[in-house]
This record gives sequence, structure tokens and C-alpha cells, in this order.
Amino acid sequence: MSGYVSIRNLRKSFGTFEALRGIDLDIGRGEVVCVIGPSGSGKSTLIRCINRLEPFSDESEIRVDDIPVIPGRSLAKVRAEVGMVFQAFNLFPHLTVRENVMLAPRRVRGTSRADAYRQAEMLLARVGIREQADKYPSGLSGGQQQRVAIARALAMEPQVMLFDEPTSALDPEMVGEVLDVMKDLAGTGVTMIVVTHEMGFARQVADRVIFMDSGEVIEAGPPDEIFANPKEARTQNFLKAVLHH
Amino acid sequence: MDLFQTFFNLDVLVRTFPMLIEGLWLTLQLGVSSIIAGLILGLVLCMIRLYSPAVVRVLARIYIDVFRSIPLLVLLIIVYYALPFVGIRLSPFASAMTALTLVSGAYTAEIFRAGIEAIPKGQFEASAALGLSHRQTMLDVILPQSIRMVIPPLTNNSINVVKDTALASVVAMPDLLKQATQAQALAANPSPLIGAAAIYLAFLLPAVLLVTRLERRFNRGNA
Ligand SMILES: Nc1ncnc2c1ncn2[C@@H]1O[C@H](COP(=O)(O)OP(=O)(O)OP(=O)(O)O)[C@@H](O)[C@H]1O
Ligand SMILES: [Mg+2]
Repeated sequence: MSGYVSIRNLRKSFGTFEALRGIDLDIGRGEVVCVIGPSGSGKSTLIRCINRLEPFSDESEIRVDDIPVIPGRSLAKVRAEVGMVFQAFNLFPHLTVRENVMLAPRRVRGTSRADAYRQAEMLLARVGIREQADKYPSGLSGGQQQRVAIARALAMEPQVMLFDEPTSALDPEMVGEVLDVMKDLAGTGVTMIVVTHEMGFARQVADRVIFMDSGEVIEAGPPDEIFANPKEARTQNFLKAVLHH
Repeated sequence: MDLFQTFFNLDVLVRTFPMLIEGLWLTLQLGVSSIIAGLILGLVLCMIRLYSPAVVRVLARIYIDVFRSIPLLVLLIIVYYALPFVGIRLSPFASAMTALTLVSGAYTAEIFRAGIEAIPKGQFEASAALGLSHRQTMLDVILPQSIRMVIPPLTNNSINVVKDTALASVVAMPDLLKQATQAQALAANPSPLIGAAAIYLAFLLPAVLLVTRLERRFNRGNA
């Protein structure tokens, strides 16, 4: 039985350097998975392959809702179902907050202006920034920008949300407001794959924690198990380092 | 006083003014149409140069480099005097517009490329992740941001195109310069040439000042 997101033998090289060395992973519908691991272990590369921001070779296979993640029509379908939130927000600076949220539904789904507008209002209220809808991203704090980015991704009504260290670029006092939005989201049944260094979030929200090192999945399991008694030495060392500093 | 009568002879200027205005009209037509055609050609070339298969991309690159290297006057003379040998006979206006457009398109392509490459990779990735097509990404996300950056260099290029329209006088097109030289011959007085110079300045000096202001403004915006 394969998962809602299924990854088979995922390999990815940059030149001669192997960033991912054969990853197999199944993620269930509605599951919240946190990916942890040291810098350079391949966490970003892994989730960027899921919507093919990183191309990968034919020997590897990824499917989302049984649609193969290969260039062409099926990739367009996958991208319409998979939202992504980046460390650097990547909001569109020439568009207002509301226009950022409306753009993809209007263009990709052909949603009417009125419907897209209503939906944007609803989403911006949900992430707590409806008052800022007419501002440009540069007028917002980092935490607010990241919440807009989440609303923008949600506007496509994705089945899967990918997060690549969504709070790493934020001032400490703004981390909480973004994590709160993500916690709410986790309760809505959206499948979430979250690369994070926020161990508290992983422990509290994740259904499963995946520890990666050197382009491989070293250990995976429920957060209680991984954090309380990790089996692999590399997991133990990593957790010791991040939890005691 | 004599000098004044020679170069700024009001009587001659008034008499030849209609000729100069006729020339100016043609100069502006040639300038504006070449600028617009050059913009379109440049955008197309830039897209080919950045996003097409490798072979075509190389061709676009060769085109851009060749037409930025060739002296405009040489190109114009080839278009007007050499092409008839292979049966392509263009009017002076069409020859001048062709040469100006071919060269302006090459410069414009490089300006657009710089504008697009200055956009952070994250903008392309966010667009792709949202499911926007390449075309939508360009039209809705990338180009609107590039435009701000490319306006000063594009204005600069447009100034060059208008200046270069004066070369059309060598293929007997009655543009502003040609009209001025003819008026000078008729009146046996060089004042029309000075008049033409003043008209060029009246159009181009404000444009030059505008570029300086735009550049300062955009630099401030980025800081
Ligand atoms: N575009 C690229 N070109 C070359 N090497 C790359 C590229 N992207 C990633 N790498 C390399 O691949 C490896 C995995 O990178 P990746 O960004 O996936 O790590 P990560 O686990 O996300 O690390 P971090 O916690 O620092 O974000 C690293 O060694 C990195 O240097
Ligand atoms: Mg990373």
C-alpha cells in the first residue's frame, strides 16, 4: 500500500555530489510529518523534489495522489495540489497582500475576481492579517509576511503543504505566530511535510518525525519515540546537540 | 556680430523653419517606430536567449553580439545599397528603420536579460510552486518587476535610437539633418544646421535628464 505522497528510490546529485541517496517514503493523507536533520543533510532537496522544483532522474519515482511528478501536464496537476512555503517567504513585492493571495486562483484555476477576492478575505482573516490586505509585502513584519505566504499557498486549496524551515528567517518573537497558524492548519486534514528546527513544534504537532543525515532517512517514527529514545547513534547525537544548547 | 549673422541668422531660420519641421516629423516617425519595433524584437530575442533549446539559444546570442558590434552606418549602407543585389529593395525610410530596429533589438534584448536575471530565484520558485505556467510567471510576476529596473537603460537606448536616425540622411531620407543640410545649401547659410542641432537638443536633453533622475530614484529605492 503506497501513501498519498509516495517516494521511491529518490536520488539526486548536484554534479558528482549525491545530495539524496535513495529515499523511500510514504506519507498518508492528512498526516503531519516533520523532517529534521543537520545542515546539508538533504531536507530541502527532498521536499523540493516533491513539487519538482528540483528535477530528479527517471530511476526515481514520486507520486502525489497517484499522479506521477513528471514534467508536463501531470506536473501542473501536482503543483496545483501541492502548496509550498519557503524560508525566505518569496512574496511578490509588486503586488499587494491581497493580490498575492488572489493571483494563482485567478490565473491557474480561472476563479472569478469576486470569488478570489472573497476567498482572500477569508484566508487573510484565518492567518490574522486581514487589516493588512492592501499593503505591500515590504510594509509587513517577517512574521506577517510568512503568514501571507501561507495564505497564498492555501488559496489553491492544496491537499499537501510543504514547509521549508518557515520560521528560520524570523526574529524569535515572531516564530510563535507562524507556528500557531501551522498548528491550526494541521488540524484541518491537510497533509503537511515540514522541514524544521523547531523541535517543540515537531514534538507537539507531528504524527511522524523523520531524521535525515547525508542524504538518507536514518530513522522515522512518532515524535515520542524519536525524541525519547532514538535508536540510531546519529539521531542521538543530533538531538543531543540541538536540545542542549 | 558677423558671426551671429552667419550662424544665427533669424531671417534664414524663419524662412527654412517649415523644412526643418518636415524633417523633424520624419525623424520622430522613424525614431518612434524603430524604438517600438526594437522593443518587440528585443523581448522576443531575450526570451529565446534565456529559455529556448540550446541550439536556438546560441543563435540568439550570436545575433545579439554581432548586431551590437557592427557600426550602424555600415549596416544601413548594406541594407540600402547591398540588398538590392539580391532583389530586396527597401525605401530609405524602410532601410533606416530596418537597420535601427535590428541594432536596437540586440541592445534591448541585453537590457531585458539583465532585468530578468536581477529577479531573485525565489520569485520563479514561488510562481512554479503555485502552479503558474512559464508564460504566466513571466507576465504576472517577473516582467512587472523587471520593468522598473529596465526603464532607465531602455530610455537611454531610445535616446541613442533617436540620435542615430540622423544617419538616415546618408541614404537620402529627408529627416531633420538632411532637411537642414538642404536648407543650408538653398540659403547659402549654416543657420539651419544650428537650428536642427537646437531641435535635437530640445527633444533629447530632457530625456537625458529624465534618465538621470530615474536612475537616482531607482537606486534610492533599492538601498
Ligand atoms: N543547487 C545546488 N547546487 C549544488 N549543491 C547543492 C545545491 N543545492 C543543495 N546542494 C547541496 O546538497 C546538500 C543538501 O542540501 P539541502 O539544502 O537539501 O540541505 P538541508 O538539509 O536543507 O540543509 P539546511 O538545514 O542547511 O537547509 C548540501 O550539501 C548542499 O550543499
Ligand atoms: Mg534547507
